[in-house]
Amino acid sequence: MIRKMIWGAGMLGGSFLSATAAFAQEATQAAAAAAEPVATATTAAAAEAAPALDTGDTAWMLVSTVLVLTMIVPGLALFYGGLLRTKNMLSMLTHVLAIACVAMLAWVTWGYSIAFSGEGAFFGDGGKLFLAGITPDTLSGTIPEYVFVSFQMTFAAITAALVVGSLAERVKFAGLMVFALIWLTIVYFPLAHMVWASGGFFFEKGALDFAGGTVVHINAGISGLIGCLILGPRTGYLKEAMPPHSLTATLIGTGLLWVGWFGFNAGSALGANGTAGLAMINTFTATAAGAVAWMVAEKAAGHKATLLGGCSGVIAGLVAITPAAGNSGPFGAIVLGAIAAVVCYIFVSKLKPKLGFDDTADVFGIHGIAGIIGSIGVAFTYAPGFGGPGDADYVIGAQLGTQVFATAFAVAWAAIGAAIAFLIAKYTVGLRVTREVEHEGLDLGEHGERAYNY
Amino acid sequence: MKFIIAIIKPFKLDEVREALGAIGVAGMTVSEVKGFGRQKGQTEIYRGAEYSTNMLPKVKIEVAAPDSLADQIVETIQQTASTEAIGDGKIFVLDLASAVRIRTGESGDTAL
Repeated sequence: MIRKMIWGAGMLGGSFLSATAAFAQEATQAAAAAAEPVATATTAAAAEAAPALDTGDTAWMLVSTVLVLTMIVPGLALFYGGLLRTKNMLSMLTHVLAIACVAMLAWVTWGYSIAFSGEGAFFGDGGKLFLAGITPDTLSGTIPEYVFVSFQMTFAAITAALVVGSLAERVKFAGLMVFALIWLTIVYFPLAHMVWASGGFFFEKGALDFAGGTVVHINAGISGLIGCLILGPRTGYLKEAMPPHSLTATLIGTGLLWVGWFGFNAGSALGANGTAGLAMINTFTATAAGAVAWMVAEKAAGHKATLLGGCSGVIAGLVAITPAAGNSGPFGAIVLGAIAAVVCYIFVSKLKPKLGFDDTADVFGIHGIAGIIGSIGVAFTYAPGFGGPGDADYVIGAQLGTQVFATAFAVAWAAIGAAIAFLIAKYTVGLRVTREVEHEGLDLGEHGERAYNY
Repeated sequence: MKFIIAIIKPFKLDEVREALGAIGVAGMTVSEVKGFGRQKGQTEIYRGAEYSTNMLPKVKIEVAAPDSLADQIVETIQQTASTEAIGDGKIFVLDLASAVRIRTGESGDTAL
């Protein structure tokens, strides 16, 4: 039993260390290399084949995990909240906090097992339900497995919280919680397994997704889009004025998101090493390019450069670089961030008003679209010719095919799963508040509290 | 007695207050209001959603005055608050039926 665990940990560790290169052949080769000495060793000697605890890696991953938590509370909460009207601010803060906490509890109970236990193509097994078999001494690569569990837990939590942005100002709290439990189970946990776990369908295909372009951003963007279509637009949408009540709050949220994203991206290197350094510099350059590109696009379109535009560009850049953080050079990152920002700007300001759907915080418009651009663009940025960390024999064409496949699959998986989860919530506890509650504001109507008492 | 209501541009408040003090006005009520007249607002754009703001922030001053001082108050406000631009505001004069000082209960001109 212990030998099986150490063998499994060695496999996982070997797989994750090679995940940054993420080539199918390399992954299976590295995993096989890690497996051979462990399989023939005795339990005592098995430790020398599996990696040992690295305090530098562990310290960094402990910090990274907390940085990602900061992205959720209060980063995302303030970012979204500032975009709403005052009467709904508290409801957004509550929704983000609650859905993140529900996600964390689901993760440690059954989520981690579905995502990271076992070698199935589409989901894991029940081997680590309730985190069975993990102790403070169990390792995942060079870090304690509890730290890895925690790190990945924050990813599950933030993905769920991202979806809330599309549904703001009209979604029912109870419905949201029901949605969350179902959606996490049938969409997020399996998708995380497929892309990041050894044996997972896209992991084995060598799909490049460093920190979650598909698992987090495309997933949340598409799920949000499905949600806002099922929910319907806010009463008075496109007729009444609904400007953001506090772009100050949105900027504070943007800053916390950007800073926290270093934990998200550089932490996905799972170690304190050069790849983390690469992810860090990319998380700077892509983001800066995104912010500038969005504001330049605004001016080019004949408007003024706005703060909301700058913040949106920041997020677009961050989302686009997420799958490419360790799979790109700094200048490839700049191009990726700039392209994502411009495309998102065009979508959000020109296309979306024409299509008429109410994705309140533009979760699809920014996370979805920039996620798609990043997940496909990484096939290019990975190439050594564009400054990427790929080998000399890297072929863009084949990887591009894999990326497009993974992206399309993520879109479809998220769409179908989210639709199921939203519809179950709608026809059980209900998904939308009454018109009266919507008019008086969700703060009072759903929570009996005000964000602002003045 | 007269009740004078003046809607002025917010940045003119301090000037108007000092000028009224100089002619003997002992008190006033000031509130922040929104409104429009001939002055048009700006177009604000938030991620593609355009709003034309036609409610502009203004300041409303309310002063109760004895008949003898009323005309001078109106003239003072008009001269001080004017910037000779559209949106400077308006002054309304109403007849005031009675006024009472809460602390002492006195009424009429002595309450002002």
